[in-house]
Amino acid sequence: MSKKNSQRTQKIAFSLLSLATLLIVIPVGLIVIIIIQKGIPAINWQFLSDVPRQGMRAGGIFPAIVGTVYLVLGAIVFALPIGLLAAIYLSEYSKDNYLTRIIKLAIVNLAGVPSVVYGLFGLALFVVFFKFGASILSGSLTLGIMILPIIITASREALESVPYSFREVSRSLGASKWQTIRHIVLPNAISGIITGTILGLGRATGETAPILFTVAAFYLPQLPASIFDQAMALPYHLYVISTQVPNVDEKVRYGTALVLLVLALFMNLVAIIIRYQFRKKKKW
Amino acid sequence: MIPKITVNNLDFWYGNFQALKNINALFKEKVITAIIGPSGCGKSTMLRVFNRMNDLVEGVRTTGEVLIDAENIIAPDTDLVSLRKKVGMVFQRPNPFPLSIYENIVFGEKIHYSGTRRDKLDGIVEESLKSVLLWDELKDNLNKSALSLSLEQKQRLCIARLIAVKPDILLMDEPCSTLDPQATARVEELMRELKNNYTIIIVTHNMQQAARISDDTGFMLLGELIEFARTEDIFTRPKDKRTEDYITGRYG
Repeated sequence: MSKKNSQRTQKIAFSLLSLATLLIVIPVGLIVIIIIQKGIPAINWQFLSDVPRQGMRAGGIFPAIVGTVYLVLGAIVFALPIGLLAAIYLSEYSKDNYLTRIIKLAIVNLAGVPSVVYGLFGLALFVVFFKFGASILSGSLTLGIMILPIIITASREALESVPYSFREVSRSLGASKWQTIRHIVLPNAISGIITGTILGLGRATGETAPILFTVAAFYLPQLPASIFDQAMALPYHLYVISTQVPNVDEKVRYGTALVLLVLALFMNLVAIIIRYQFRKKKKW
Repeated sequence: MIPKITVNNLDFWYGNFQALKNINALFKEKVITAIIGPSGCGKSTMLRVFNRMNDLVEGVRTTGEVLIDAENIIAPDTDLVSLRKKVGMVFQRPNPFPLSIYENIVFGEKIHYSGTRRDKLDGIVEESLKSVLLWDELKDNLNKSALSLSLEQKQRLCIARLIAVKPDILLMDEPCSTLDPQATARVEELMRELKNNYTIIIVTHNMQQAARISDDTGFMLLGELIEFARTEDIFTRPKDKRTEDYITGRYG
């Protein structure tokens, strides 16, 4: 009897587990299906290469695509070196003391700050205090600060996962600490570092709030000429045509969402290919 | 004979724990000295004093004198790069880098002298692999990953990587403990060969191994060097009761 009972309990547990898993897949699948279904009719060469026309109800979204690419690249150019250097310091050099613990706590907290707070912070610091104005520079720096904790955390984990024996033998051969990091630790951590960068890229591509006050232009048909110019950006443009401009055709909205999705996927794909190339070489 | 390494009143602490207690010993040049003793007796710690690898651990303290070629390497101003070039180490687990065989061997050369010409690097690889008797096996596969080798080949490669740095002294920390008996016998043969050019100190759990390959043997227990003498004397006429107990298997 009790055996039967335990079998029944097991069956129920399995059902619950698979149901929960299914529930995760459904929204992802629906999002992708709905966006593709409703967005694909809008996609054509003009949509991708033209500027918005007729009060953004027609034409294309080219300036927003370019703006988003600039912003994400700017954020990575700023955040990757700083994040990586900080991660190297934390995992290889810092001693476990009060200061280090405060730094680590700060990084964890930075990851938990709501994105709109980053937006306000960027407005106060970069736009107003440093007088960069609403510009690609301000927006990139704000996005960069937002993705710093992602890059630092992933890079630290990657560095710390390199076996101690590699460092030990490198030092025993007379290599300095820095030579060991440069020639042994970093090459073996690179795929994890790229993973962190991928996550950061994805986050920076999609966020609206941090660019809201720091760079995003409501309507700006010409492309930015320098990093001190404002720019349109896909997430904000999507917000604008969905809520601020009346009578925008549904397919334009979903088309914009689809482009944003594909852009994020494309950036991830490039990063994944780079990571794969590095991973092929390492196995221990 | 002038000793290669002279140890005078060596004490060593991990934090508050004293791991080495007043060690005094003379290691002769171009002989194999074995250090035996139960786990945790301080054998590996002593080995790691000789190339200052203990410095990588936080909160350690060393006092006394360790003279290598008449230079006290315990002194704080010791140049660790040249010390470690002179005093190399082979570890318990074979630990080649996840690089090609070739890149493993030239690692030291590239670290110490950047921009060495390719033909010189080729020469270093050939010479080093020949000295560990791997050249004929591997000469056609130098670009293969070192991780694809057998355990024994890996350990030989690690010795080759070390020899490429041109050390005087080889510290071996249980170098055969992961190898099967046949591989162990071949590595021991290699050690006898290497003795002609290098001073070798080997830490081993395996008393037969110590008896087979070493000229001198030190027995350590709880951080003390109990007895240090010619190997045949240690194994046939130990002076200390504790040494006798250990080599006859009455100690753990």
